[in-house]
Amino acid sequence: MSSILPPSTRVWWNQPLDRVEGTWIAIALIWCLAMFFMMPYWHIFGKQNLSNEAYRITAEAYSKKTQEMVDKFTVRTETELKVPVVHPPAGSDVYMIARLWQWWPILELEKGQAYRLHLSSMDYMHSFSLQPENLNIQVVPGYEGVYTVTPTRAGKYSVVCNEFCGIGHHTMVSNLYVVEKGQGSTNDDSAKDNGNSEHKNERGEK
Amino acid sequence: MANAATYRVCPDTGLQFHKSAETLMKVNAVAGVLCLLAGGILALLVTLTRWPAVHLLPADMFYLALTAHGIDMLIFWIIFFEMAILYFCSSTLLRCRLATPRMAWLAFALMVIGAITTNVAVFQGGSSVMMTSYAPMPAAPHFYLGLILFAVGALIGCFIFLGTLVVARAEKTYEGSIPLVTFGALTACIIAIFTIASGAIILIPTFLWSVGYIHQIDALMYKTIWWAFGHSSQQINVAAHVAVWYAIAAIVFGAKPMSEKVSRGAFLLYILFLQLASAHHVLTDPGISSEWKIFNTSYAMYLAVLASMVHGLTVPGSIEIAQREKGLNRGLFEWIRKAPWGNPVFSGMFISLIGFGFLGGISGVMMGTEQLNLIIHNTVYVPGHFHATVVVGTTLAFMALTYFLIPTLFRREMILPGLAKWQPYLFGIGMSLFAVFMMGAGTLGVARRHWDMAFTGAAMPYEYPGTAYLMMGLMALAGLAAIVGGGIYLLITVGSLLWGRKLDAKDSYGSKVAPHRLPMVAAAIQGHGSIGLGGFAAPGTFVFAMVFLVSFVLYYFVNWKYLSQLWLLS
Repeated sequence: MSSILPPSTRVWWNQPLDRVEGTWIAIALIWCLAMFFMMPYWHIFGKQNLSNEAYRITAEAYSKKTQEMVDKFTVRTETELKVPVVHPPAGSDVYMIARLWQWWPILELEKGQAYRLHLSSMDYMHSFSLQPENLNIQVVPGYEGVYTVTPTRAGKYSVVCNEFCGIGHHTMVSNLYVVEKGQGSTNDDSAKDNGNSEHKNERGEK
Repeated sequence: MANAATYRVCPDTGLQFHKSAETLMKVNAVAGVLCLLAGGILALLVTLTRWPAVHLLPADMFYLALTAHGIDMLIFWIIFFEMAILYFCSSTLLRCRLATPRMAWLAFALMVIGAITTNVAVFQGGSSVMMTSYAPMPAAPHFYLGLILFAVGALIGCFIFLGTLVVARAEKTYEGSIPLVTFGALTACIIAIFTIASGAIILIPTFLWSVGYIHQIDALMYKTIWWAFGHSSQQINVAAHVAVWYAIAAIVFGAKPMSEKVSRGAFLLYILFLQLASAHHVLTDPGISSEWKIFNTSYAMYLAVLASMVHGLTVPGSIEIAQREKGLNRGLFEWIRKAPWGNPVFSGMFISLIGFGFLGGISGVMMGTEQLNLIIHNTVYVPGHFHATVVVGTTLAFMALTYFLIPTLFRREMILPGLAKWQPYLFGIGMSLFAVFMMGAGTLGVARRHWDMAFTGAAMPYEYPGTAYLMMGLMALAGLAAIVGGGIYLLITVGSLLWGRKLDAKDSYGSKVAPHRLPMVAAAIQGHGSIGLGGFAAPGTFVFAMVFLVSFVLYYFVNWKYLSQLWLLS
């Protein structure tokens, strides 16, 4: 009997497996388990994992923390909108606001240094898409995600929003700079902090 | 009631149609095809806008068209057609009357009203929120209301399917177990009930929020629960189109399952694990733990992927065995070389199977891996993936089934059979290339749901590499080929219903039922005898399966390699 008719015998579950089916099920199951264990394996041995650190936060509170960082570590501004470029010390907490339709502020990071990158949205869903690296993280209003990032190449990057956020979505794109260690347009404060945390970082690596 | 039921037996296939069920299948299928028409026109507009060289629509119209395209295709076309499939798999395959046809009409009416309401909301312009309508981005209240009405209608349809199974059992229209295809439809129905319940849980509060009764909708809660509706509704499609593959293998080749327990076991794994995959959509979201992500995104240890890999073997395997038993037993591949490639019912189904597995399946597992998701999240890789699953997989399988239903259900001779022969190739290959180029562009970081990859008007635009523009251009060309293929399908389907020659105009309906009876003497349970090679009944299929596995493994680890070169992240 065919697949669109009832099985030809009442007791169909005794029919032995074809060898081709049995073999394939075994191979497929092994592959499925391998793929499953790849994820915990990467959490232990891999170097690209999202942290589980996140907080509920209001837009005002997050905005305030970001403003404090901007006040301390701004080194210059860009475009007519005078978007601040901040060069925070290595190892520190750096904040980025996603809002209609802007990333704020512009970050200047140092190559090979770890930063605690905070991301939150002031309004709708956004998504942090670092180009040309192509690293993508969802940014959710009311939640502050904290991710430790270490840039591995110096250069000029862009942060694109790749979660639809309304009519101006395509204008929501900003710069992000990665400079060589100890370089970049730092102000005095940050240069000092920079030295300290660099030291700490090296110690950590050893 | 039961006495009033009338039936006709299709002289070509022997299938028995209950008159009320037959009409309901027709109206649901036609409503689905009309949604496909609307969605297809919108697809053309969206494609021409994302083609950088053309960039047809202004931003507001693009987002409106994209919202309507997603909803009309992913929700309305597919679920209307699935209602027809549910009624077919219960009433027709079990030779039974449909339970409560009046309620089925109510369900249909609610679905039509819902579909129109939501479309009106979108085309009024205030609800360009994409299919996902992520709160707190607001849509008009009737946007949500339409979806809720549609879902209620579909839910009623699901219970009518279940009711019909009960009726068939009670009235003894078959003996033993329900056919495998009906079991697949049952799987789809169970997943649909879960899906619609999730939709209600999130859309009803969101509707109340949109009219001001609820103060706030948490964005992460919305997104997590919405995907239990949004992703699971695609799992209905998977279960439904796998059932359609089995049905077409049975219709074209008289194929029977290689073994009932393996195929049914695989459907059971779908019921148990497939819905966990809604976690795919929150893999880079804050506030959800890695443990939760890993367990859910992998369907508890990839058990639903295992099920799909099993169906991917047993469907062509059942065809191979049927062909070999007919004498096409030479070598590895005679059975497939001599398959009816000119019959769109078969070619559509087979392209659907290959495209779903190689493109949709492999890309889906890759991007559903917790860490790998970082390199494709929200890029056009994502629509690339689901055009391979839902369009090449589901839509093409439903198109293939339509070519069977035109003479059988609608009793019309198909018009333009020469064109129909080519339609699955044009549509299937066009759409497959479309998906591949989208995935290519996504790998280069091009954003999905994005009006302008050149960022016109932005203060600090990013310049995508030239290859990304090339990929998007090629995507558009392949998309246009697929749209022409879709247009041919609509032309043939609608044309056949309107102008196709009627087959035996005076169909005789009677109240006689010819129930399925098991053979008086139970057939001895046996293997597949002397066909095949080296103890394998379906060696050709096994070779295909191994090619699939090797591609899968290579592509999977290439992406890990790619991930390992990224910035460090912990």
